[in-house]
Amino acid sequence: MNTAMKLAVIAAMLLQGACSIQPWVKPYERDRLADPIMSWDRDVISGAYEDHIYESREGSRGGTGAAGGGCGCN
Amino acid sequence: MNNSTANIFKRCALAAIVIASGAFAADAGGPAPAFTLTDLSGQPEALSQYKGQVVMVNFWATWCGPCQQEMPLLDQMYKKYKPAGFTLIGVNVDKEAPAVKELLARKPVSFPVLLDPANQVSKAYHVDEMPSSVIVDRKGQIRYIHRGYKPGDENEYQDRIRQLIRE
Amino acid sequence: MSKTYRIVRLGLVATFLLARPGGGAVLPDDRADIFYSDYKGGGMDITGESVLVRKKFSENFSVEANYFIDKVSGASIDVLSQASVIKDERKQKNISLDYIHDKTQYNFSYTDSAERDYTSNTLHFSLSQDMFGDLTTVTLGFSDSRDKVGENDGSAFAPRVVWLGHAESRSYQAGVSQIVTKSLITGVTLEVITDEGYLANPYRSVRYLDPTAALGYSLGSQVYPNTHTSTAVEGRAKYFLPYRAAASVSYRYFSDTWGIHGNTIELGYTQPISNLWILEGRLRHYSQNHAIFYSDLFPYADSQNFVARDQDLAAQTNNTIGFKATYAFLPDGWKIFKRGTASLDVSHIQFKYDDFRNIKYYNDTPLGGNFAPGAEPLYSFGATVYQIYISMFF
Repeated sequence: MNTAMKLAVIAAMLLQGACSIQPWVKPYERDRLADPIMSWDRDVISGAYEDHIYESREGSRGGTGAAGGGCGCN
Repeated sequence: MNNSTANIFKRCALAAIVIASGAFAADAGGPAPAFTLTDLSGQPEALSQYKGQVVMVNFWATWCGPCQQEMPLLDQMYKKYKPAGFTLIGVNVDKEAPAVKELLARKPVSFPVLLDPANQVSKAYHVDEMPSSVIVDRKGQIRYIHRGYKPGDENEYQDRIRQLIRE
Repeated sequence: MSKTYRIVRLGLVATFLLARPGGGAVLPDDRADIFYSDYKGGGMDITGESVLVRKKFSENFSVEANYFIDKVSGASIDVLSQASVIKDERKQKNISLDYIHDKTQYNFSYTDSAERDYTSNTLHFSLSQDMFGDLTTVTLGFSDSRDKVGENDGSAFAPRVVWLGHAESRSYQAGVSQIVTKSLITGVTLEVITDEGYLANPYRSVRYLDPTAALGYSLGSQVYPNTHTSTAVEGRAKYFLPYRAAASVSYRYFSDTWGIHGNTIELGYTQPISNLWILEGRLRHYSQNHAIFYSDLFPYADSQNFVARDQDLAAQTNNTIGFKATYAFLPDGWKIFKRGTASLDVSHIQFKYDDFRNIKYYNDTPLGGNFAPGAEPLYSFGATVYQIYISMFF
């Protein structure tokens, strides 16, 4: 099997595994995750501004985005 | 790729297609699981009380945005079709009652709201999306399950309800 | 000759864009924010003012527009070393579009940033996909920036900008967010950035030992490589405490082709009180080594192909402590507004350099200073940052 085939088999196995895994946090159990205090970035301007303070003074940059969580509705 | 991997792929792809094919998916036509839950004043109510009527069981939470959006529309629908033998039961899944009371005090609805804080009924109905609406016919069979809410879905609800009322 | 404190590279632009990603299958609430900030430290006084508006045009589509102005005045350490006060302004405009279809959220945004001697335009695209029962969100993003770099050869009050070159930057982002339990969400982000072109700050100079000079050293131009590639990986987690509070931790590792390795650790704690107040505290620690071609004092002119004395590339640590209080002055809404909050955020950052020396103060009097070149005290300073903002949700 060449590399492409191997990757396809791994992806298929992950997909199969994923398809048979039931979400262990049910949609009706997401009250805590939906709480605004659990969001990664509640204050949009402030978050970007603080990242900017550091990026313009340090040699490091990047890696600070975050998504996901929330109520998972719809 | 060997045979079993191919089969797994096929089963998975099929499952994905079925799920992706729309928010409305006909259930296997099984009986609606019976339940008894208390309302906000502590009075128990059972699904069986409504046998003979078309019932929509709507699962919602105070922390779910789309749930809030559809509530006024559900209320209108309830008032409109109630005389024809339709009931809407709002099953709330919040862990604690105070937030529910406070929300309903600000935005009251006329349909019965029952509390499912232990999530037993949600589990029994395999709720896998918030909000979810399960439409049960006069004989107590689940006929339609609608997952999620997007503006315009209330038209679909009404179509299904009218259809079942006529039966 | 006046100097301008360089404020942005990918800085505000890139971080603003990355703060956008979706997932969660529902677009965020409409909002309007007004923001004011003040940074005082290292001889600089920088104010920031911003307005932001976000509006849904259907259940699937929303637009966000933001305008930000930075105003700089004061004299940074370079200027402190090389005379003259600076005054400058940077204006940034950003527009961002979000579209949701089923479990996928698409984002497209454009940012335009301009100051007298530096302009930057960035296009960004990202895609977030909810998977596995909405417990996992995968995000992929791409940004492309074009910058034009110049130098003000006049003064702050009679500027004369000379354009020195261009830079182009591409950023590739990948992230996974995973809900682990009812109370715990975790995430990992990887970002690779490559730039090429004119990458130096034209206002900073190197210094090298020069026995013929009065101070014992002379200044020279920095020479930077014209390419730079970096990788950053960040892992984070947020936990809901049963009495209703949230604790978060994150760690980021950075490494680039200029030899810099940076470590960032952040801790955060959020405590709501009643329905009206949210109090938050945060701690941040950062450390990095110096870039390969950086030195505070070179042995003689042109000793290496690439030379830099920009403090951003020096070995340094900084530590931040911050507090924020948010008050819901409209907890139940009013007319079209669902909610209104006001926030005050105060933080203090202590910067400490391990191989960048403070050559201004100690060289003032007497001429040549009390220290031989290379023996001046290492530079350190503290900065205090205030942020005040009002957010209206509708």
